[in-house]
Amino acid sequence: MTSQSSIFVTLSSTAVRSGTILLLPTLGEIFAERAGILNLGIEGMMIIGALFGFIAGFVTKNPYIGFVVGMIAGGLSALIHAFVSITLRGNQIVSGLALTIFGLGITNFFGQPWINRKFTIPVKDYAIPGLSKIPYVGQIFFHQDLFVYFSYVLMIAMWFMLFKTKLGVHLRAVGENARASDAMGVNVNRNRYFWTFFGGLLAGGGGAYLTLVYAPFWLDGITAGRGWIALALVIFAMWNPLYAFIGAYLFGGIDALQFQLQASGTTIPSSLLNMQPYLLTLIVVVAATIVLRKRHIGTPRELGEPYDREER
Amino acid sequence: MDDIVVSLKNITKRFPGIVANDRVNFELRRGEVHTLLGENGAGKSTLMNILDGIYQPDEGEIYINGKLVEIKNPSDAMRLGIGMIHQHFMLVETLTVLENVILGLAEQGLYINKKEISKRIEEVSDRYNLCINPSTKIWQLSVGEQQRVEIIKTLFRGAQILILDEPTAVLTPQEVEVSFEIYKQMIEEGKSIIFISHKLNEVMDISDRITVLRKGKYIGTVDTDKITEKELATMMVGREVLFRLERKPHERKDKVLQVSNLKALDDKGLLALNGLNLEVFSGEIYGLAGVAGNGQKILSEAIAGLRKVIDGKITIAGKDLTNASASEIFAHGVSYIPPDRLKMGLVPNLSSVDNAILRRYYKPPIYNRHLINYSEAERYAKKLIEEYDIMVPREDAPVKLLSGGNMQKLLLAREISEQPKLLIAVHPTRGLDVGATEFVRRELLKQRDNGVAVLLISEDLDEIFMISDRIGVIYEGQILDTFDIKEAKIEKVGLLMAGMKSEREFSEQVCSTV
Repeated sequence: MTSQSSIFVTLSSTAVRSGTILLLPTLGEIFAERAGILNLGIEGMMIIGALFGFIAGFVTKNPYIGFVVGMIAGGLSALIHAFVSITLRGNQIVSGLALTIFGLGITNFFGQPWINRKFTIPVKDYAIPGLSKIPYVGQIFFHQDLFVYFSYVLMIAMWFMLFKTKLGVHLRAVGENARASDAMGVNVNRNRYFWTFFGGLLAGGGGAYLTLVYAPFWLDGITAGRGWIALALVIFAMWNPLYAFIGAYLFGGIDALQFQLQASGTTIPSSLLNMQPYLLTLIVVVAATIVLRKRHIGTPRELGEPYDREER
Repeated sequence: MDDIVVSLKNITKRFPGIVANDRVNFELRRGEVHTLLGENGAGKSTLMNILDGIYQPDEGEIYINGKLVEIKNPSDAMRLGIGMIHQHFMLVETLTVLENVILGLAEQGLYINKKEISKRIEEVSDRYNLCINPSTKIWQLSVGEQQRVEIIKTLFRGAQILILDEPTAVLTPQEVEVSFEIYKQMIEEGKSIIFISHKLNEVMDISDRITVLRKGKYIGTVDTDKITEKELATMMVGREVLFRLERKPHERKDKVLQVSNLKALDDKGLLALNGLNLEVFSGEIYGLAGVAGNGQKILSEAIAGLRKVIDGKITIAGKDLTNASASEIFAHGVSYIPPDRLKMGLVPNLSSVDNAILRRYYKPPIYNRHLINYSEAERYAKKLIEEYDIMVPREDAPVKLLSGGNMQKLLLAREISEQPKLLIAVHPTRGLDVGATEFVRRELLKQRDNGVAVLLISEDLDEIFMISDRIGVIYEGQILDTFDIKEAKIEKVGLLMAGMKSEREFSEQVCSTV
C-alpha cells in the first residue's frame, strides 16, 4: 500500500468512528420523530450521556459499562421531554430546547472535577473474519471496535423493524395519524413514550462513545453542537434508518479531516476549520429539503403535535 | 323476540360550555339498521364516540348483550364487537391498505405474515364486492374506496355492531346505493348497524327504526314505516321545516365571470385544474357539483386571486384578471366566502368589529389620516350585526366565541356589503343548523335577484338543486357538463360526479378502479 492510500484508509476509518458519534443519535431521533415527537434536546442528552458515561467508565475502568451508563443517562433525560410533551401536551420545541440547556448546565456543574481527566483504557478493535480482507472497505469498516459494529447491527435491525414488523407499523402510524391509531387500539402515548426514551438511549450512547473512545477525556461542552447536526441528519436520511449512515459518515469525514489538518499545522485559521460542519449542515438541510419536496416525502404528518383523545 | 345488543341508558356528556348529551337513551336490536338522526351539534357523534370508547361518559350506563360494561378505549369496544366507521376516516394515509388493517389486529407477535393477511383482505373484499387492493396506499384511493377500506378494517376485527357516522356525506348518489347494498348484506349475516345521518330521504330508505336527538337531548324512537319524512323533520328541528325555498324566475343578463382553459396546480404540485371552462352570468346562481378534491377549492382560489394559474384566462366583467392579486380582484367586485370560515374567512382571535372591517379598514371613513377610526369602525360593525341579526356576546369579543351560524352570518354580511358583481360561495352552509342554513340560502337568492353573479360550490347536492339556476359538474379539474336547472336530473349529475356518462359505465367502474 502506498503511503497516500494508507492516509486515506486511516482518515476514512477515523471518519467511521467519528460518524458513529452522530449515527447513534440520528437513528434514535429518526424513531422518535417517526412516532411524532420532535426532540430538540439531542445535544443535551448527548452531553449528559458523554459525562455520565465517562465517569462510569473511569470509575469501573470498563468502557462497555461506561457506554451502557451513558445510554441510560440519556434515556432518563429524554423522559423529561416525554413527560412534558406527551403527558402535559406541552410545546415540544420549548421543551426540547430546555432539555439541551439543562444538559449543558448540569454537565457543566457535575463535570468540574473531571475536566481534563483522561480515560486511558483503550477500546479493542476486532477484525471481522472474511470481510476485513476486502481491500480498503475491510480496513475502513471491518477493523473497528464493538460500538461501531453495534451501530451497524442496530441500523439494519431498526430498518427491518420499521418496515417489516407490526411494531414498525404502529410506530409509523402514531406519528402520522394519532387519532386513527388510537381508534384502532394502538396505545399512542405508550408508543411515543417508548420511542422518545429510545431516542434518548441512543443520544446518550453517542455522547458516551465520544468521551470513552473518540476523544477520551472530559471537557465542558465537548459535544460541540453534534446534537444539532444529528437533528439535520434526520432530515437528510429522510427518516429512513438505512440512509442515516451516509450523512453521519460524511460529517464524520469532515471532522476527521479537520482533526488531521490541525494536527499537521495548517495555516488555515482554526476558526474557519471549526466552521465547516455547521456550514455543511446548512447546505445539507437546504439540499435535502429540495429533494424531499421534489419526491413528495414529508415529515411525519403529526410531528410535534400533542395528542388529546377527547379534544374536538 | 327482541334481541337487544346495545343499550345506552341516561348517558350524559359535558364539554366545556356545553352539554353534548343530556340523559340520552338508545337501544339497538340484533339485525336491524337503527338510525341516529339529528342536526349538526345534536350530539349524535358524541354518543357514538362514547360507545366506541373514544369519550368517557360523565353519567349513564352501557349494556352490551345485556351486560353492564365499561368501555375505556377503542380496544375495549373492539373486544365487545363494536366497530365504528368515523366521519373523518381513521386511516393513515401514507400507509397501505394492508398496513392499516394490521394496525387494528389484536394478534401478538413481532413478525407479520403479510401474504396471509393480504389474502384474507382479498377474500373479504370479494365477498362484499368491495374491490380493494391491499397493497395500495390510502392517499391513492378515492373517498368512496377509503370508506370501503374502513369497512374491511371493521369486518376484519370481527365487529358485530357497526357504527357508521354519516357515511354517505362524501359519496355520490350511486356510491351511496352501492354502500347500502353492502350494509344489507352485513345485516343478512346477522350484524347490527347504527347509522348516523341528517339526510331524511336516506334515513327513510335504509333504517328499521330511528332515534332522534335534538340539542343533546333524546327526543324519541320511532319505527320507520310508521312515520313520514315531514314528521321526522319536525322531530329533528323542533318546528315545521320548509323543504322548498321560493324563487323568482331567473333573469340572466351579462356575463360576469369567464374562465377559459384554466390550468392550475395543487399544493402537492399536481395538476388540479386541467383546462377548465366556466361562465357565470349576472342574476344567476351557478351551482358547481362534484366530489371533494376534484379541483373545486383550487378553482375558487384561482378566481379569488389566492392561487397562481399556469395557463388559461380568468375574465371578470370583461377585464382580464388572470393571476391578479387578491386585493385587485376584490377591487373589481369579487367577494369570496371561503370553505373554512375559521381558517380563511375570519380571524378567530379578533373581535367582530375587527373582522367586520377587514374589507374596508384601508378606505375612508374608517381609515383616517393613517389611523383607524374606531368609532366609525364600531358603527359599521353594529350596522352589520343589526341588519343581519347576528348574535354576538359583545362587539369586542373574539369571533371564535360565536356559534358557527353567527360566524357565517358575519362573514356573509361583510362580503355582501361590498356589493360585489361576483360572489363566490364555497360550502356556505357546511356545519350550520337548519335555521342558519335557511338564512344563508335565502341571502344567496336575494343577491341573485339583485343581479349578482353567484358561483356556489357545494358538496351538498340537495342544496345545489334547491337554489341553483344552472348546474355544472366538476370532475378531475374539468367541467364535464352543464345543465339548466329545469333539465337537470340528480341521477345524471351523480354519475358525472363519479366521472361517468352512463349507469352501465358505473357498474363496470366499481371494480376497475383498483
